[in-house]
Amino acid sequence: KACTPNYSPGRGWPCFNTDPMLKRDCFEDILEERRNSSDLKYALRCYAPVLYKGVTPCKANMLKNIVLQSDQLHYVINQVSQESGEAPDIIQEEASVILEEMAHRLQISTVRCFAFALSKAFKTLFQHVCVNEEGIQRLQQAIQEHPVVLLPSHRSYMDFLLMSYILYTYDLALPVIAAGMDFMGMKFVGEMLRMSGAFFIRRSFGGDKLYWAVFSEYVKTMLRNGFAPIEFFLEGTRSRTCKSLTPKLGLLNIVIEPFFKGEVFDVNLVPVSISYERILEESLYARELLGVPKPKESTSGLLKARRILSEDYGSIHVYFGQPVSVRSLAQGKVNRSTYNLFPRHIPRKPMEETQSFVNDTAYRIVRLQEDNMVLKPWVLMASLLLQNLEGLELSVLTEQTVWLRGLALSYAAFLDWPDQAPTAKVVSSSLALHRGLACVSGDRVSLVVGEPLGPVTPEEALFNRAVSVLSCASYRNQVLHVFLRPAMLAVAMHTAASSKKNEVYNCFSFLWDMFSNDFILCPGDTVQDFEEACYLLVKTGAVQMPQQDIVMTDIGQPTLSFFNGLLEPFLQGYQVVCRYLCEEASEGLTEKQYIPAVRSFAVKLILAGNLRCYEVLSSDMQKNALAALLRGKLPTQKALLARL
Amino acid sequence: MLFEGNRFSSPFVTVPTGFCSWLCVVHRGTTTSETRPRCDWSFPYCQYTKEEPRCGKPILNNREPRRGKPILNNREPRRGKQEIMKWNGWGYSDSKFLFNKKGQAEFTGKRYRLSGMTLPSLQDWFENTFGASVKHKSPATVILNASVVPPPRLNEAFVENLKATGIPFSNEAEDRVFRAHGHCLHEIFALREGKKFERVPDMVVWPNCHNDVVKIVELACKHNVCLIPYGGGTSVTSALECPPEETRCIVSLDTSQMNRILWLDENNLVAHVEAGIIGQDLERLLNESGYCTGHEPDSMEFSSLGGWVATRASGMKKNVYGNIEDLVIHIKAVTPRGVIEKSCQGPRTSTGPDIHHFILGSEGTLGVVTEVTMKIRPIPEYQKYGSVVFPKFEAGVACLREVAKQRCAPASIRLMDNKQFHFGHALKPQVSSIFTHFVEGLKKFYITKLKGFDPHQLVVATLLFEGDRERVLQHEKQVYDIAATFGGLAAGEDNGQRGYLLTFVIAYLRDLGMDYCVVAESFETSVPWDRVLDLCQNVKERIIRECKERGVQFQPLTSCRVTQTYDSGACIYFYFAFNYRGLADPVHTYEQVEHAAREEILANGGSLSHHHGVGKLRKEWMKDSISNVGVGMLKSVKEYVDPENIFGNRNLL
Repeated sequence: KACTPNYSPGRGWPCFNTDPMLKRDCFEDILEERRNSSDLKYALRCYAPVLYKGVTPCKANMLKNIVLQSDQLHYVINQVSQESGEAPDIIQEEASVILEEMAHRLQISTVRCFAFALSKAFKTLFQHVCVNEEGIQRLQQAIQEHPVVLLPSHRSYMDFLLMSYILYTYDLALPVIAAGMDFMGMKFVGEMLRMSGAFFIRRSFGGDKLYWAVFSEYVKTMLRNGFAPIEFFLEGTRSRTCKSLTPKLGLLNIVIEPFFKGEVFDVNLVPVSISYERILEESLYARELLGVPKPKESTSGLLKARRILSEDYGSIHVYFGQPVSVRSLAQGKVNRSTYNLFPRHIPRKPMEETQSFVNDTAYRIVRLQEDNMVLKPWVLMASLLLQNLEGLELSVLTEQTVWLRGLALSYAAFLDWPDQAPTAKVVSSSLALHRGLACVSGDRVSLVVGEPLGPVTPEEALFNRAVSVLSCASYRNQVLHVFLRPAMLAVAMHTAASSKKNEVYNCFSFLWDMFSNDFILCPGDTVQDFEEACYLLVKTGAVQMPQQDIVMTDIGQPTLSFFNGLLEPFLQGYQVVCRYLCEEASEGLTEKQYIPAVRSFAVKLILAGNLRCYEVLSSDMQKNALAALLRGKLPTQKALLARL
Repeated sequence: MLFEGNRFSSPFVTVPTGFCSWLCVVHRGTTTSETRPRCDWSFPYCQYTKEEPRCGKPILNNREPRRGKPILNNREPRRGKQEIMKWNGWGYSDSKFLFNKKGQAEFTGKRYRLSGMTLPSLQDWFENTFGASVKHKSPATVILNASVVPPPRLNEAFVENLKATGIPFSNEAEDRVFRAHGHCLHEIFALREGKKFERVPDMVVWPNCHNDVVKIVELACKHNVCLIPYGGGTSVTSALECPPEETRCIVSLDTSQMNRILWLDENNLVAHVEAGIIGQDLERLLNESGYCTGHEPDSMEFSSLGGWVATRASGMKKNVYGNIEDLVIHIKAVTPRGVIEKSCQGPRTSTGPDIHHFILGSEGTLGVVTEVTMKIRPIPEYQKYGSVVFPKFEAGVACLREVAKQRCAPASIRLMDNKQFHFGHALKPQVSSIFTHFVEGLKKFYITKLKGFDPHQLVVATLLFEGDRERVLQHEKQVYDIAATFGGLAAGEDNGQRGYLLTFVIAYLRDLGMDYCVVAESFETSVPWDRVLDLCQNVKERIIRECKERGVQFQPLTSCRVTQTYDSGACIYFYFAFNYRGLADPVHTYEQVEHAAREEILANGGSLSHHHGVGKLRKEWMKDSISNVGVGMLKSVKEYVDPENIFGNRNLL
């Protein structure tokens, strides 16, 4: 296999960032070989991955037995039996049923079927599937040394099939994947997924001790024995907005605990960033955010979705990040000897120290995922278009995109910009790929609004427009992590009463707290983020910091106003939610009623011409705004409204 | 002799006391348990023991003139075993490992079973394990250069008063240096290198009895002199190191002359012994009367009774006899506040917290233990070694756990990991007969080929049974039956014996390693059963990782054994060694790695120490180990007993 990368998005970066950690690997297109050789041969080829410390993998059934016979499970079974008065063997039976429902049945034959089918599908759907080979090598090394947990970003249903496909391609141990129970509803497909390594967990099982015990013991057993890499999505669910979601801690807690208890020497967490040039679920997500419920996963639904096979979805980049050693992370943060005084098989709520460590780790991993997300030129264009909803001259768009590219690169964005091609070509091919979202009429580029079939009500028109705005926003969102901190600083400078550094910081800190549900902001990092923002804005010459002041430079105007515009929809969205709560919300508002109520409040405002921001209609934003208010860290709604 | 069964076992496997066979010269092939004397202690040490005081008949002030010029006093002290021991290594001067001209390892001297033998496989093992070469020597300084020893800071008034008492003392450099260290790696390494000493005792005193000690302590208090008690000098916790910040005169109080058994009470089966007696002497003297203490720590050739008490020592056969705290009935100790002792010898009392437990483990910080009444037992009628091989360490641990659960542990049961098993085998003497060679091959074939044990995985448990013949055989069967349920195969007495041999010559082997750029150390811990495997695994991995990070070129040897079993847990003993070629400061690197290993032990639920003690080496973890209040309690005891810090070795707290 040729090892030379097809191209390297890393090349030609500005040199200001000399941090060796930010050096990124080159990519290789794994589809290239698929296009040149037999898929069948590929699916049937010899597969002999290296394993953790050379262990022989145990059969799925043996694994179940180990779990069912574990001290951990027995303890909980006895406990539940005492509480419920049910005989232990009945509870044991229940446990065995739960495990049956949950457990994977990884089979190489099924994996081979998938390998064949996916080869065909990928070749039709995508131009390239690019993987960083150095990351693969690191992973191979890591798998042999310590139990590995794969933590991919989650943007599409494709994600875990793609992961297994890549690992199969590179002859690496296939992961077992934690999947939501909803997949099991898909009759045949659910079983296929199970046989390719998925195990299914219920979405919520809060109080069910037995379920939790079976589940956590199952995962830990696989981890301790190094049976296979464990894969799950820290974000818990697919991000409909393409922003990274606040990480969920349940599974991370489970996979880290064996390290704290000394059952394994270390656990390696491997962040994986999967970036899609075009997401298969693009408009589906937008509709979902606008309140059209998500279609239930079903096999027939999947078959109907075949039509997507006829479209071009550009390329996928999968970046396997540097394995993160839990041991190194925990050094000096968690005192493992606190686990010495309690029997290890008795389940216990993690201590505060541990909880905050796991929380912190989760955020760091998601940030690592973000850092290695590959950004396409279209992402920059979408950011510009959203600030000019009435449309832009093509030449202006091109010019501004080039400008924004420079800015993004100086902020160390992982931009995949074809170096050789002239800018105009890059812009036009991006527009071509995303013709469903933007169109060029004459010289103007504007967002496409869903074709109205026959007469439509104003609400329907608004809805169609919102779909395209939200779809477009999902691309802009991909670049937000690069610009977020300087953008918050720009907004803070704009709103602060003076240019005094501490006043600007207060505003920044307020925004930071407020947006901590919408963006990945590591708890406790406010000061660090502020400093990073200052550093970046000073670096690009947009801001000066004489003495204790922060002031805009002569050339800073475009940057700062772009950043203000970038966060404008979010600020407006939070404002609308506050207004709704102050003006309209009745006493006994339930969370269920909340979303439709805010939505119709916003629709009214838009139709009345008092609001031009469509993103307010996104249930994601509405939820985040509410969560920020409920967190209680913020001042009362009225005060908040006043500040906004 | 690898996998020998009973038929081919060595002829002296059933000797009356276990320890003798290891340490004594034996006429190989001619003795059997029936014909051999009941005790061999007198045999190898005749030169020394001739002048030894006998039980009940103390010899007073033996002050024969000696070579060399005395510096301060004209009554030469008797220097205990100092005369026949190395000044910069382990054990007797005449016993050491070396690679001879043919490149074969041999053990010199006549004292041990291995003495005078060649060990054909040791060199290969050594070179392969450490990536070392017999060509790369790192020899030790041969003689002590007096210029590296700081001049003594004497307290004239104290010296004058001491002279008046007639208690022997000395400030010769050799005497002082001999008592300035224990056997930590950094201590021995520095001696070998001939480095300048920062601080050594300024003088040595040799009290002859309890009353002498009372006088010395009184004088020390009167003149504000720092006292450091010295027993056998086998500390491995930097406990004997003089605190560099100590400005007062430091006096090493050598207890070696207080080595008599004062009386023996056969009705109650106790003996009253002076605390300076060395383990092997105590055992030999008791054996003469048909008794033993059964307390056999691996250091018993050189360590003293007082030292055992002061460090909470543990003996190999504790399963039958108990650890030192179980053996001791009465302790008499001299502190700056006066003498502490109990008023009776009741076997158990409920009189508030047991004051013995302030002294047990006090590591010389409170006073000097002068006399101890301890339990004795009749010498067991029959003794038998044994061994079991297991396919894997996990299986062996499970077996030991079961043995502990059923409370049927033999006098000693140890599980050596695969590395230690191979290490033990590297110490096999040359086999003379082709027949033995053939049988060995056959045994090996049986275990590895027919039974499918992986030679790189299998581990061996070594056993020692004691008691009357009938019961030993019964007991043996019970243990072998349990072992069988965990896949264990009986592997003969010889393998068992060899396992115990390793622990007695390991310190000599360290000296050999240090001659060839290899540094080594051992450390121990105790841990609950359920954490044994994880702890062993993680500590080894941590050591390997730390060595790599610190530029150690060749992967270190990390080996462990489960060396004691208890109802609720086990004692784990680690060996750790590496080739230091290419390292600027091997001792520092070694210390960093050991520090990391101890942190790993503590994080994995292990204790700070099972029997080595804390000394100064592990002080930093005391707070975490026993809580702030616990440290406060100990401090307040020290504050009351020794407000002037006369016993100023600064161990423990």
